[in-house]
Formats: sequence, structure tokens, C-alpha cells
Amino acid sequence: MDSSRLWLLRPFGERSTLIFLGVLLAAMTLVTLLHVALAPGHPLYVNAYTVNLFGKYLSYALLAVAVDLVWGYLGILSLGHGAFFALGGYAMGMYLMRQIGERGVYGHPVLPDFMVFLNWDSLPWYWLGFDMAWFAFLMVLLVPGVLALVFGFLAFRSRVTGVYLSIITQALTFALMLAFFRNEMGFGGSDGLTDFREILGFNLRSSETRLGLFLASGVALALGYVLCRAIVTSKLGRVCVATRDAEARTRFLGYRVERFQLFVFVVSAMLAGLAGALYVPQVGIINPSEFSPLFSIEIVLWVALGGRATLYGAVIGALLVNYAKTYFTGAMPDAWLFALGGLFVVVTVFLPKGVAGLLALRLRQRRDDGGSLSGKEASA
Amino acid sequence: MRILLALALVLGFIMTPPALAQDTEPTDDAAAMTLLEALDVDSFPVKGEAIDAIVRSDDPRARDWLQALLDGRLQRADDGRFVVVLDNTGRDWPVQDALTGESLGEMSRRDLGRIGINNALRNQLRSAIAVVDLYSPDLQLRRASAERLLGEVDGDLAGPLAEVIEEETDARVRGRLTQALAIYRLEQGELEAIDDLHGSLHSRVRVALNRAANADDPLIADAAREALSGIEQMLKVNRAAETLYFGLSLGSVLVLAAIGLAITFGVMGVINMAHGELIMLGAYTTWAMQQLLPGQPGLALILAIPAGFMVSALAGIAIERGVIQFLKGRPLETLLATFGISLILQQLVRTGISPLNRTVITPEWMSGSIAVNDALSLTLNRMYVLGFALVVFALLMLVMRRTRLGLEVRAVTQNRTMARSMGIRATRVDILTFALGSGVAGLAGVALSQLTNVGPNLGQNYIIDSFMVVVFGGVGNLWGTLVAGLSLGVINQVLEPWAGAVMAKIIVLVFIILFIQKRPRGLFPQKGRAAEG
Amino acid sequence: MSILRSLAQRDRVFDFLVPAASPVDVRHGPILYLEDVTVSFDGFKAINDLSLTIDDGELRCIIGPNGAGKTTMMDIITGKTRPDSGQVWFGSRHDLLTMNEPEIASLGIGRKFQKPTVFEALTVFENLELAMAADKRILPTLTARMNGEIRDRIDEVLEVIGLKALRGRPAGILSHGQKQWLEIGMLLMQRPRLLLVDEPVAGMTEQEMERTAELLTGLAGKQSVVVVEHDMGFVRSIARKVTVLHQGSVLAEGSMDQVSSDPRVVEVYLGAEAEEETV
Repeated sequence: MDSSRLWLLRPFGERSTLIFLGVLLAAMTLVTLLHVALAPGHPLYVNAYTVNLFGKYLSYALLAVAVDLVWGYLGILSLGHGAFFALGGYAMGMYLMRQIGERGVYGHPVLPDFMVFLNWDSLPWYWLGFDMAWFAFLMVLLVPGVLALVFGFLAFRSRVTGVYLSIITQALTFALMLAFFRNEMGFGGSDGLTDFREILGFNLRSSETRLGLFLASGVALALGYVLCRAIVTSKLGRVCVATRDAEARTRFLGYRVERFQLFVFVVSAMLAGLAGALYVPQVGIINPSEFSPLFSIEIVLWVALGGRATLYGAVIGALLVNYAKTYFTGAMPDAWLFALGGLFVVVTVFLPKGVAGLLALRLRQRRDDGGSLSGKEASA
Repeated sequence: MRILLALALVLGFIMTPPALAQDTEPTDDAAAMTLLEALDVDSFPVKGEAIDAIVRSDDPRARDWLQALLDGRLQRADDGRFVVVLDNTGRDWPVQDALTGESLGEMSRRDLGRIGINNALRNQLRSAIAVVDLYSPDLQLRRASAERLLGEVDGDLAGPLAEVIEEETDARVRGRLTQALAIYRLEQGELEAIDDLHGSLHSRVRVALNRAANADDPLIADAAREALSGIEQMLKVNRAAETLYFGLSLGSVLVLAAIGLAITFGVMGVINMAHGELIMLGAYTTWAMQQLLPGQPGLALILAIPAGFMVSALAGIAIERGVIQFLKGRPLETLLATFGISLILQQLVRTGISPLNRTVITPEWMSGSIAVNDALSLTLNRMYVLGFALVVFALLMLVMRRTRLGLEVRAVTQNRTMARSMGIRATRVDILTFALGSGVAGLAGVALSQLTNVGPNLGQNYIIDSFMVVVFGGVGNLWGTLVAGLSLGVINQVLEPWAGAVMAKIIVLVFIILFIQKRPRGLFPQKGRAAEG
Repeated sequence: MSILRSLAQRDRVFDFLVPAASPVDVRHGPILYLEDVTVSFDGFKAINDLSLTIDDGELRCIIGPNGAGKTTMMDIITGKTRPDSGQVWFGSRHDLLTMNEPEIASLGIGRKFQKPTVFEALTVFENLELAMAADKRILPTLTARMNGEIRDRIDEVLEVIGLKALRGRPAGILSHGQKQWLEIGMLLMQRPRLLLVDEPVAGMTEQEMERTAELLTGLAGKQSVVVVEHDMGFVRSIARKVTVLHQGSVLAEGSMDQVSSDPRVVEVYLGAEAEEETV
């Protein structure tokens, strides 16, 4: 086998990756079966709304994996990953917008409703090409990737790290939010892009499409996870960890640290963009609030709660927090911000290794306890 | 500032001569009745003459009549008496006798007939009142009336006005009246009148000159154009001055908001994301003080300064002891934890007080503005905040440079381990610094309550800006924060006119992001091995 | 310690003793050349008109009181600090002032820090793997594979630094002395032409010091070694030529005996001691 491909397959030799993929696959199969095979009245029936919700969680989980890649392994706390997520989402949103065609409120063959409303007479140049799926899907990766490339190039070259980097990533997403709020930008202003009809010819409101998007999110998460896992288990991953813990030392070994940082940062931004692109058709809207600094910092909390530098911890964290959010905002909306705020404090002070750390500890204890037991079994 | 104003007022009174109208005896009631009866006719031109007659009468009650007529409150009762309506809401109106001024109790509106006026008369009345006011002993009234006459002078007024100018002692009133007269003279085609209008920034003067610039007489048109271009130059200077003022004002707010952060960040290397909410607490303290002391917003505001400091400082200590001390040496975790605290504080205010904005009253001595000239007036509240920011900065400098705490803080900033081994209790220094930084945030909140809405999101709106200021200025450098804050404020205001408010903000953010790439340690970096740790 | 002994005897050539192919050009003289280098921090001149020459294959010890500028000098050579003026050349072809740390490192200059810096989250083995001379660009690093040859090289070094038993443990659990050794091991993996070693024996036992001395003298000849050290006994045991730094410039240079009898050196050291006594 060609050695350059081997690194991508390396994760499949790891037990943790296989367990993760197995659990994910099982969950996806279960949800699909409960949705398709059961009648709507059945107590175990999973309705389209729930499938949709799970799909949304999975895209969040992919986003969390992307953040864990840079924070956990590279030590870069990005408070602006929401920006890459939102840019991917906007690229997808633009495609979905163009798919509406003449079915908009104003019935214009080319222009989206909000442009007709603003009395624009033609598409801005940056909207061209988004009627083609392949182009739009390429942009989903390229736009966040290029932004990360430019921003990261400038930042890492001048060795902006630590809290400074966190602050300017936050400023970046804040600036983008302000920009996207402007009607003149041509992205629908504060209302954003919405009223989507179909994706690749499938009706977005049909439950089959929703199931399809849920499965697509699951597959994307699996692929993203394996890619990140392959990166962190390679020698490059060890250079990242070395950079995280002793940046100067890594330089003195002859590694161009800034290039490694840039590489991983761009990969992570593209994954975040992909997550955004999966998210948008499932929630049916993309607006500038996805750029808000609050959202970006919330992603970091998912990772912190789940456990840094494990990747699967990020997934656990994203699912836990978002499930809690769905529950709280329905049951007692006022309490949500208290809970979220409290979670930040509790996790950082009492759970520095997150849920994954707890799990690992529990596992080790059990193994220690079970050591003698398994010995008996072996003798028996 | 207030003392100066008061002084000017007192001087103004002393220098004012006994007014002309004061010397005249009140005309007897019969004559007055004739004057008023002349108003009760149908023809508007005739009414106009009657108004002139009233002005000429020198009757001391003339101003009140004219004002009442202008307001539609001069009415004639069915019994023939003239009355002034004091309040025209409801069915029965309280009235007083126009001649004697004594109260006549309430009258049914059906028993009263209003003396109607039209727009031409309204204008005539306004200038008439202005003329009457010109004879008043009250300097403020004379000034106000002179303002009103600008562009309102007609042939009838021109003659008397020239006399009044001769008699007037107050330079401002005289200058205004000269301009008012000059506008009239210019309209009459008098070239020399332009000399009197040179350099005036009043919009009425510009209107008159603009009209003259299109006049048939080429001499007048040229002279007017020349005068206009001079005025335009001065306006530019004034606009620049205004931009600078607003920029400095915005900058002072940024400095106030950021300087507490500069202290905690610089000394402890700790990012306190709840800093914005400490500002918010200061603003809410101001609001609470005003609730406690109803009717005394000024006193409440002054008391809010120490109270706001204490509230935020105590909150800061609680945050430091409760959370930050457990996260020593983990700046990124500290950032996240304090962000959580900021969410909790915001939500506390939302559920505990209200999600809506609270109204904080601006005390009288802080409202209004100082008119530097016709085109430039500086709002007082911003000036106070600017001054307050500078005072707070100076005090902080004093604390840092002259006190034991400042010395210890600087020592810990430079080298924590070394300072500790020299016997400095770093933990105590941490607590005090955090309290100081947080207290200053509280002060910022007190000041901000005078400029913006006080609501749960107040702090959130300033936190990113504050970080930008600290990072731009260079961490651990108070002067850097001052320079960065003021210059960012000015840059923002300079950009605003051509880029719009939102774009200006975006440009500034992008500028700082790029600047940090060029100079990662800000405008005024700390140098040496210690700074690199 | 048979390996060390064999190192000294040179009856066997170890891979890691052979410097990697380096483009450095030493045909026209010294391997390292500093001239009139000055650097100041906020007005304080940490290095003041420093000129220094290291010959190819030389083992040089640099001593001097605290604040003499020894570590700052290392920072300048390795590209961490930029001097205000002066020149720094590696061989006759490479102007080090135009390069950054990784470029300088890949030219063949290795550095051991004063405070031992190893990657604590990685295992001892992985620390050595990262240090190994290899293609250090991104894609080769991403696709790099472990093979028997690499493993053997790492094992050799593990043997030398005595950490074979701990190869799979995270470096964070090592003792101070073990971290020193690991860092030396990382230097060996780099196979540099010039080694800058900052206080190598701090925190080591007498025995470990002896081993370090043996190792360093064994390296000299094929590689050039610059040692900054406080411990006079250690310096005396390895030094052929000693440079004394004081207030950022060279105070004296020569053999240990010459230097220690130099009245200016005596004054600097005794003066410092006299001050300490009065405190």
C-alpha cells in the first residue's frame, strides 16, 4: 500500500475509533429504523422533527470536533470558529436560495426575494455560480478555508498566540457579524437567508430529505472524526502537541511551527464550514446571529465539557449541551443562561478533563478492580 | 464650568443699563382697552396695524398680550372683557383679566371668543415680541430675542433696530443684531452689509449669503461668494473640532471601560470576560441610587461614584476568590470561566430587575451644552465623562506610581516568582488588583449610565472594544491604554461620516487585527526576557 | 556505562555521532563567528560589542557571573532574539541574522535550554522521534512512518541517555536530571554541527556529571560544542578553551589555568563574592 495513504487508514487500527464509529453507526441505524419501520402512533416512533433535531446535533458535533482539533491538540483557543461554521452555512444558504427560483414571494426568476425587496436589478458577482451544486459545495470548504488561511497566516507568522489569539479571533467573528447585519452586503441583512425549498432536487420539507440530511451529517461526522484522528495520530499530530506544550522548543528542533499551526487551523476551519453547510438545510435558515461571539464561545464549552484533546469528548460535549439547551429553552427559558454560565464555571474549575476524563478514570478504576476478577475467570 | 457661567451671568446683569421700556408709565386702562379692541376685527391687515400699535404703546403688558395672542390664548369673553386663558384643556378654562392680570376663575369655553391670526401675523408677532424683548432688562431675554431676529428684519424694524444697536451694551446682542440688520441691508442690495456678515457661522446668515450669491448685481454676488467660502473654511474647522470632540468622548468611554481590564490583564495575565458585566453593575448602581434618592438625581449620581466602585470591586473580589484563584496559570480556562460568570450576571439582572432598559436621569447641571459658536456646541454630559475619565486615569497612575500597592503590583507584573521571594504576598496583591480593576469598571458603569441605555446587555457591548483597546495599547501599560482608547475613539469618529457607523466599527476591528499581526505586543510593548514568559 | 566508554575510545562510530549533511562551509575558518554584537532591553545592554569565534570541532566553555549575557548570546545565535547591531555567521556562508529559529535549527545548530524543556505530554520515545533529523515539512511529517531503521537509531540514543526502561512513559513524569538527559538525547537525534548547551549539569548527581562530561568531550571533534556552565569543577573537567563573559562582552579567553589567573577575572568573581559577603 502506498505510504502516503496509510496515515489516513491508521485510525482504523485504534480501538477507540472503532468503538466511536460503531456507536455512531448503531445510533444512526436505530434512528432510521425507528423512523421508517414504525407507525407514527407507536411509542418508540421517532418523528421527522426529532430526526431533524438529531441531524442538527450531529452537525454541531462535527463543529466541536473541528474546534477540539485546534484547541485540544494545537493549544489554540479559537473564539471565532462560529465564523467558519456560519460562512459554510452561508455558502450552502446561497445555493439553497438560488434553488428557490421563481417560487419566491416576488417570483423573480434569478434574484432572491430580499434583493428584489431592496430594488437590486442584478445578482452581485459573488452570488454567481451558486446555482450549481458542485460550485456551492466547493465554496462551503473554500470560503472558510481561505479566510482561515489568510487570518492564520498573518496571526501565526507574527506568533500571536494564547489569549491574544483568542481575543482577535473573537474580534474577527464580531466584525463579520456586524458586516453580515448590513443589507448592503447582499446576504439578506439581519433576516439572513431562508424560505429554502429544495436541495439537489429533493423537497426540504419532506421527511425523507430530513432523514437523508441526518444520515449525511452522521457520515460527515464519521469522516471528519477519522480525518482528525488520522492527523493527531501522525507524527504531525505529535508536532502539534509539542507546539502546544513548548512552542519555542519545537522551533529549535527545526519545525516551522507557524506552518503546522496554519495547516491544522485551515483543516479545522473547513470542517467547521462543512458542519455549517449541513446545519443550514436542517434548520432552514442562516442569519448573522451564527457569527455572534456567544455562539463561538459556546462551542468551546461543548469541547471543554466533553474533554479536550480526545475528539470523542467533543462529540459527547456537543450532544450533551445541545440536548440540555433544547430541554431548557422549552421547559424554562430563563434558567438556560444560568445553567450555561454555571456550566462554564463548573467545567473549568472542577472538570478540567471533561466527561471524557471522568469516563477514562472510571474505566481505569474498573479495570484495576476487575484485574483480579478477570484473572479468576482465566483460571476457571 | 458652572462657576464661569454664573460669573458671566452676574457680570451681564451689572453691565446692563436700565431698560428703555421700564421708564414708561403704564397707559391707563381705557387706552389699553382701545389697543386690544383694535385686535378684535375680521381683517387680518387691520389686526396687523393693531399689533404695531401695541408695540409702539410701550405698555409693560404688551409682551404678555402679544405672546398670548401668538399662542391663541388671548380671547374675548362674551361680556366684552379681554382675558388670557391659562389652561385650555377640558371644558372650563381658568382665565385672568388681560388688563389687570387678576384671576377671574374658570370660564366656560363657550363664553369665550378667540382672536384668530394667520401665518403672516404669526411672523409679525414673533418679531414684535423679539423687539419688545430687546428693551427688556433681562440679558438672557435680549440675547434670545436677538437670535430670533436673524433673518426676520423687515423695513419697519430696520430703523428702530439701528437705534437699539447704538444703545446696546452687551457685545453678543449687538453682534447678533448687527448681523440681523446686515441681512436686511444685503437684501436691499447694500454691498457693505457683507462686511458685517463675514465669518458668521449662523445658518440664517449662510442662507442670506447664498441668496445674495445668486443676485443680479455681480459685485454683490462675488462678495457674497467670497464671504461664503471663508465661512465654509471655518465650518470645516468646526466640523473637525466636533469630530475630535466626539472622538475624544467615545475614546474616554473606551479608556474608562478598558483601563480596569488593563490592570487585571496586565498584572495577573487574566482575561476577565465578566469585566463588561462589572461595568453594567456600576451603571445599575447609579440607577439604584437614583431610586433610593428620588428627586435628587445629581446627588445620587455623585454618591453612585463610590457606591459603584464598591459594588463592582466586591463583585470582583468574589469572582477572584470564587473562581479565578483556582485557575492559576490557566489563562484560557480563566477566560471561559469568567465568561460563564458574565452570562450569570446578565441573567441575574434580567430576571432580578428587568430585561428592559432602565432610565437613569441626567442631572440638570450635566444636561445641555456649551455653544462655542453658532456651528459648534459641546454637550455637557460628554464633557463631564471625558473629565471623569482623565481624573480616574490620573488617580490610577498615582496609585500605581506612588503607593505601596502600586509598587507591589508592578513587581508582581514583572516577575511573579521573584516578587514572591522578595516577601510580597502575591495572593494579596492579586485580590487587591482585581478589586481595583473591577472597581474602576464600576466607575466606568457610573459614567456610561449618563451616555447610553442601562440594560442587561450594556457590558457585552463594550467588552470586545475594551479588549481591543488593551491589546492595541500594549498589555501592562496604562499610558498605552489611554493613548489607544482615545485614538481608537477619534479614528472611529473620523471614519463614521463616510463609512457609516457599522462599517467604521468593522474597519477599526480589522485595523486592530492587522495591527496585532504587525506588533503583537501593542503600541507600547514591555521588553526583555521577563515579557516573553 | 560501557557505551560511554566506547564512545570515548572511538573504536566504534555511532550514527548519531556523525553529523547530518550540513551545508555549512567551514573551509575558510571558524564554524561560528560573532562580531560586535549589541542588544539592549529598555536601555540595559545585555550584550555589548561581543565578538566571539568558535572553530570547527572545538569544545568551548563559556563562563561568567549572573547577567553576563550568556543565555542572551544563545538566544541570538539560535534566532530567538535579534541584536540591535553586529554580525553573526555560521561558517562563511550563512548569515544567521537573516534566518528564523527553524531555519537555523535545520542548518545544524542544536540547543539545550537552561531549564530542561521536553514535551511532557509525549512519551520519551516520541520526544526523540520528533527531534530526529528528518524532512520536517508538513506533508512528509503527516505521512511519516515508523520503520526499523528509525527505531534502531532511537534505541541507540535511549541506551546512551539511560532512559530505555522509560521509553513509553510520558516525559512529564521524568525527574529533573532525567529530563536533562532526554534533552541531550534530543540533541543527539538532531545530529547538529554545532551544539549549544546551556547549564547541562544543573540538578545532576556527581556520577551523572561525569557521564555528561564524557559524552560532551566524546562529541567534540566531529561536532562543535559550546557549553555555558556555572559549575567550575565541571568546566575544569572538560574545558580546553574557556571564554569569560562579563557585562555582555568578552573579558578573557584562554585555557582554564590562564583564565583563572587573569586578575580581571579574579576581580569580577571575587568582587561579586565580596559583595555577597557584605550583603
